[in-house]
Amino acid sequence: MEITLFHYLIVAAALFTIGVFGIFVNRKNVIIILMSIELVLLSVNVNLVAFSAYLQNLEGQIFAMLVLTVAAAEAAVGLAILVTYFRNRGDIAVEDINQMRG
Amino acid sequence: MQFSPEALIVLGPLFAAAIAGLLQRYIGDKIAMAITTASVGLSLVLSWPIFIDFVWGEAQPQVIELFRFIDVAGFTSTWSVRIDTLSAIMLVVVNTVSFLVHVYSIGYMAEDPHRARFFSYLSFFTFAMLALVTANDFLQLFFGWEGVGVASYLLIGFWFEKRSANDAAIKAFITNRVGDFGFALGIMACFLFVGTIKFFPTESGDLALFAGTVDGVEVAGQLERLAHQALVLGDLVLPAAELTAFLLFIGAMGKSAQFFLHVWLPDAMEGPTPVSALIHAATMVTAGVFMVCRLGELYHIAPLASGFVTIVGATTALFAATVGLAQNDIKRVVAYSTCSQLGYMFFAAGVGAYNAAMFHLFTHAFFKALLFLGAGSVIHGMHHEQDMRYMGGARKPMPITWAMMLIGTFALIGFGIPGLGGFAGFYSKDAIIEAAYGSQGIGAQFAFWCGVSAALLTSFYSWRLAFMTFEGKFRGNPDAHHHDEAHGHGHTQEGHEEATSPAAHHDDHHAHAKPADGSAPAHESPWIMLVPLFVLAAGAIAAGAIFAPYFLGHHAGEFWDHVIPFHEGHHDFPTWVLWAPLIVTVIGFLLAVIFYLWKPSAAKAMAKGPVWAFLYNKWFFDELYDFVFVKGARALGDLFWKVGDKRMIDGLGPDGVAASSRFFSRNLRKVQTGFVYHYSFIMLIAAVAFGAYAIFAGIGGAP
Repeated sequence: MEITLFHYLIVAAALFTIGVFGIFVNRKNVIIILMSIELVLLSVNVNLVAFSAYLQNLEGQIFAMLVLTVAAAEAAVGLAILVTYFRNRGDIAVEDINQMRG
Repeated sequence: MQFSPEALIVLGPLFAAAIAGLLQRYIGDKIAMAITTASVGLSLVLSWPIFIDFVWGEAQPQVIELFRFIDVAGFTSTWSVRIDTLSAIMLVVVNTVSFLVHVYSIGYMAEDPHRARFFSYLSFFTFAMLALVTANDFLQLFFGWEGVGVASYLLIGFWFEKRSANDAAIKAFITNRVGDFGFALGIMACFLFVGTIKFFPTESGDLALFAGTVDGVEVAGQLERLAHQALVLGDLVLPAAELTAFLLFIGAMGKSAQFFLHVWLPDAMEGPTPVSALIHAATMVTAGVFMVCRLGELYHIAPLASGFVTIVGATTALFAATVGLAQNDIKRVVAYSTCSQLGYMFFAAGVGAYNAAMFHLFTHAFFKALLFLGAGSVIHGMHHEQDMRYMGGARKPMPITWAMMLIGTFALIGFGIPGLGGFAGFYSKDAIIEAAYGSQGIGAQFAFWCGVSAALLTSFYSWRLAFMTFEGKFRGNPDAHHHDEAHGHGHTQEGHEEATSPAAHHDDHHAHAKPADGSAPAHESPWIMLVPLFVLAAGAIAAGAIFAPYFLGHHAGEFWDHVIPFHEGHHDFPTWVLWAPLIVTVIGFLLAVIFYLWKPSAAKAMAKGPVWAFLYNKWFFDELYDFVFVKGARALGDLFWKVGDKRMIDGLGPDGVAASSRFFSRNLRKVQTGFVYHYSFIMLIAAVAFGAYAIFAGIGGAP
């Protein structure tokens, strides 16, 4: 069986859906939310690389590099916020993070 | 503005009042008292020659125009001093009583810390009253009318620390507003129909209501125009003269405390006693009578309005006399007596006997001021006790006051022998009763019988007052400072004075142990209070006999001389009519002797009956007015406040807007949960929705 573009897209869509669900269904842990965001970004990367190979166009791969960089930065910032938050509140349970409630 | 002694009569007290009132801090009480008393004394000295000139001399009516007050678009009002028989009478009445009251007050108010203010008010009152009686147009009359109202308000509420005095002042003012509204409408009606509010023609040449002589030339009056006009309201045709006269009389009812608008006068006794004598007996309350007499020609052509005057006057005469029977407060008895006597004056004016009305006003001023000042002397001597039930036996310690009160009583009941003469009240009261008998006017017979019945009651309550105060044994107040609560308004008339010098009065109470012979532990008043009584007593004895020929008798035609409508009355009354007042007076005297000297127990038994309660509570007028007007006004106010304002205006306006924005924001803020995943979920939903829309609507779709 030859692996075609279609298979790559299926995998990317599956990863994306898992990531989105990870964000919404998860009610416990902020770290899981961060990981889910990472998954969403990776699914986009897969898409970009797949199309790049399929279309014989390097721009997609360059974009993938960019997304990786952003994802790394985002993870670093997110974890830093998390550490500060934990230091201040002593807890990172998602149910309790609603200080912006109207 | 030209200057004349007549102008000084009117304006002098104003300047004195201003000096005493505004500069009292700098000049002190003594000088303030001296200035005001002197200025009124000057007015007195200047006004008596004018009056004497009208009585015995050749004085002609004149108008001195001082300055033009209002002159705009056909409406003119001139400040003037009208001197004629009518205003000359009022000048001497006002100035005499006012001067005597000023003098009396020096003694009576000796312990009051606000004497300068008191004297300033008194002089201001005198000015306003003089402006009223010398008016030559309605506006000046109205100015004086309101001025005396203000002075009355200020003086009733002179002891402003007392709640009851303030209440009484406000009551007087508001009741007078009701009347004054009618009065103002009457003035407007006069201007509407005639186009002028001037009484008598002057050199300035404006139209005038009544005929007069200017520089020897007869000038016709415009009164005729009232007789031929009418106010048409749909099917209702109101003759102009009747309407104007009626509306003006409403004002007189308020000022002169006539039936329905009488409620303020007894309460006005909260003021110091000299004020009661000056304002609420001799002068201000007679302003209504003066006004009706001044407009005699108008009432002459308005028979229905005159009938109304007669009936209201007669009803008041009888009503007030019945209430006077049952009052226990010495000043209230005299106040109801005043109310009753004013009723006499009005029905005299109503039946067309304006001269008799003015004569009674003249004599009444003397003897009623005498009675009031005598009552003040009793109160003063009795250590500020006003309840007659706690008096008695005051004749021995206060012989002069007793004698003066006796003269006042004789004058008030109109004691005299027909054909021979008598006290002042005899001439005027009998003339009124006879005029009512002889009149064909509406309500005249009713007035006659009311007048005769009221004479009986007058005699009874006057002697009751005299006996309860001066005769018998001193009863004393079981609780020296317990005052009768039944009146609602405390009787602590002089409570203020007591409060200012408690120590002095305290000593008094102990110094006067109850004498063994049953006479009262009282003292005679100082001479400065007694001398005014002598003068007034002289008037009460002699004023009738001296002036009756001019007011009523064979000189009356020339005396009145077109100032009021005067008709030579017929003098052939049946004998019983002539003797009826004397007979009922004697009956009243005998009844009083029986009840209050011979069998005091009978009086006490009677005081428990329902009739007594009805009279004691003044026919329940206060309760009725409280129920209808006070409670009614409060209910109406509640309605407007709670339904109109709070529910309609606030409910739909500011409160409604605020409530609805609060409601919406309360619901809207529920959307903001604070959970990040909720927001992102909404973002996702929105993205999906927009995406789906883009796909199905074909936006940016494949070419």
